[in-house]
Amino acid sequence: MIIDLVVSILVLLGAAFSLLGSIGLARFPDLLTRLHGPSKATTLGVGGLLIASIVFFSARGDGLSLHELLITLFISITTPVSAQFVALAARKARPQSDTTSGTPKP
Amino acid sequence: MLSGALAVAALMLGVALLLNVWRLVIGPDAADRILALDTLTVNGAGLLILFCIEVGSTLYFEAALLIAVLGFVGTVALAKYLLRGDIIE
Repeated sequence: MIIDLVVSILVLLGAAFSLLGSIGLARFPDLLTRLHGPSKATTLGVGGLLIASIVFFSARGDGLSLHELLITLFISITTPVSAQFVALAARKARPQSDTTSGTPKP
Repeated sequence: MLSGALAVAALMLGVALLLNVWRLVIGPDAADRILALDTLTVNGAGLLILFCIEVGSTLYFEAALLIAVLGFVGTVALAKYLLRGDIIE
């Protein structure tokens, strides 16, 4: 019962963070601001889902379930790297758009 | 209670996937589309984890890990192509 409550809360929290990140991706005006939504909120959202899954499968009595930790580790390592690459590509393609505030460093 | 929460969470992730597809279609730049594809793979892995909890089987974690790995490799390859005009020099 308690386990169900904890898993439900974690699943809803993770899904809400994923949705917020995707709303940020859809709504922000500029690519460099759009990078923030997915690269932070969506990572946290998938992390929440994976913690919910660890709690759920560990509570079923098959011992501690740690498959998910690998996915969490991988996603939290690779998301900043891919965001960095996308930012570099965007900066090379178009250094400044109409909605960018301030001037980028050369 | 858990099945209701899983249904609501799956609905949220479905809306998130639709928003990503919308950005993938309208994205004014190629970098926008790469970013939308990357987010699409991460959200797809999340949806697969929800499915794992729903059916109570750990079988699909490998699939989620594979989706995450291939999404990362694809993102880096596409961004490298935009950056250098070539993937492997």
